[in-house]
Amino acid sequence: MSVDTATVAKIASLARIKVSEPELEAMVPELNGILAWVEQLGEVDVSGVEPMTAVIPNTLRLRDDVIDADPLTGGDKRDAVLANAPAAEHGFFGVPKVIE
Amino acid sequence: MSDITDLGVAALRDGVAAGQFSAVEVAEAFNANVAAAQDALNAFIVVTPEKAVEAARAVDAKRAAGEALGAMAGVPIGMKDLFATFGVQTTAASHMLEGFVPQYESTVSQKLWDAGAGMLGKLNLDQFAMGSSNETSHFGNVISPWRRPDGKAQLTPGGSSGGSSAAIAARLAPAATGTDTGGSIRQPAAFTGTTGIKPTYGRCSRWGVVAFASSLDQPGSMGRDVTDCAIMLEAMAGFDPKDSTSLDLPVPAWTASLSADMKGKKVGIPREYRADGMPAEIDAVWEQGIAWLKDAGAEVVEVSLPHTKYALPTYYIIAPAEASSNLARYDGVRYGLRDLPDGAGLQDMYAATRAAGFGPEVKRRILIGTYVLSAGFYDAYYTQAQKVRTLISQDFARAFEQVDVLLTPTAPSAAFALGENVDDPLAMYLNDVFTVPASLAGLPAMSVPAGLDAQGLPLGLQIIGRPLDEQGVLNAGLAIESRAGFTAKPGKWW
Repeated sequence: MSVDTATVAKIASLARIKVSEPELEAMVPELNGILAWVEQLGEVDVSGVEPMTAVIPNTLRLRDDVIDADPLTGGDKRDAVLANAPAAEHGFFGVPKVIE
Repeated sequence: MSDITDLGVAALRDGVAAGQFSAVEVAEAFNANVAAAQDALNAFIVVTPEKAVEAARAVDAKRAAGEALGAMAGVPIGMKDLFATFGVQTTAASHMLEGFVPQYESTVSQKLWDAGAGMLGKLNLDQFAMGSSNETSHFGNVISPWRRPDGKAQLTPGGSSGGSSAAIAARLAPAATGTDTGGSIRQPAAFTGTTGIKPTYGRCSRWGVVAFASSLDQPGSMGRDVTDCAIMLEAMAGFDPKDSTSLDLPVPAWTASLSADMKGKKVGIPREYRADGMPAEIDAVWEQGIAWLKDAGAEVVEVSLPHTKYALPTYYIIAPAEASSNLARYDGVRYGLRDLPDGAGLQDMYAATRAAGFGPEVKRRILIGTYVLSAGFYDAYYTQAQKVRTLISQDFARAFEQVDVLLTPTAPSAAFALGENVDDPLAMYLNDVFTVPASLAGLPAMSVPAGLDAQGLPLGLQIIGRPLDEQGVLNAGLAIESRAGFTAKPGKWW
């Protein structure tokens, strides 16, 4: 399968990356080169093979349902959470207006 | 004693403990080397000489008080700038995270500080760890301290842990953290005549490590020799409830159990790694490694890993897919860069922010990942790749029924010149041909220096072990190291 300019524009839009027209043109052959190369996987017989889910057998743990069980990742961290926000306002993340 | 900065982790720690020199003297000696090399090598994004001295003072005070010292006490290290460090800018070498100052400390770095290590600075890397040559950093290329005899071309220190490998080779740090997703510890180690180990997936916590491909990312240690890597890995590893894939297992005493005796051990040579067009020098160093392990008492047998040729294309579906998902967090809202064009709405802000914050290779991988995960293509690409990944993992499991470790070259060439591969993403990806398979299977693997090529550049050998058998990997590494007698270091030109 190969991609054209319109498809790459669509992917870029899904990925929320603004791409200029010349950038799009340059990306099409690059992505096609990579996609053509990975498509060799299609020749592998995978009938009866389960997709990998964990390389090392492990179980997903549940922690006790306790507030602030870990003080580092518990609550009451507003200022630390906002410390790197590009536009923190009144204790919230500021974003452009989304409702007219 | 000649120069403190010629010493490794074990010698520095033991020297501080014995009072041969103080931890502050050690920190100041490495701080001086870091400062003198920064303009030429660009190994660090941020230097933190005050942090190194502060940690050293604490160690000296503890020693004076007769308190027990940690396993890394008095050893200043470089921290790959992928680990979140409290109060110190953490960028993943991206413009997106320029100015990001974590309000928390990664588990791995905290463990190292708790063990008495100090921080010389944050090491440069490929942007979001995506690259094999350290040419995708927003903060400029790292220049390898190694040069060809004519001295003309600037060489790559490898990637993505290129700042780590360059700093160790140039004696700016006795050891450094690395992270390995498809070879990012092992290939830079091979290119710079240094040693590095990626443990079994889940041994070291990923908490506080900027995510690239979460099913593959694994922190590890890099240093001058096998013993130093073992000491440091022991300090880094261990169960962390904050990482859902962390292994709830005790950390073995790897350092105390080190042994270069390979009697009764079987070493496998995967025949599929004998790639067409492999340079004769790589083949020769591999043969030399086989001879060394036989000399150490091992039996060497050929094994087959039939799906090896599919490992790279599998990796270049799975890693970008996970990256496209992980990097969705960079939206200009909670942290990092925000680009808000005049009159832009929320969606425009996302797109503009991500266009401005990500470099070309990162965008390329996000787009590939978005495509292979998109409706209609998911099964053909992503599910197929995860099935092939199962087959690759099964290949290894079968091989390990016959042998204890595998021996391969680490990289298909010595370090190349900066700029040589940048225009061809596929040629760059091929650098990881020998390292990616073990990553896909989550296996412990390390690179040890084995010799020099005709141009005087280092070549490395890779040892791959069974899941959780870091000891077997380290021991085979030590068997090679003690026979290779690798003492070469780059001539100082910076």
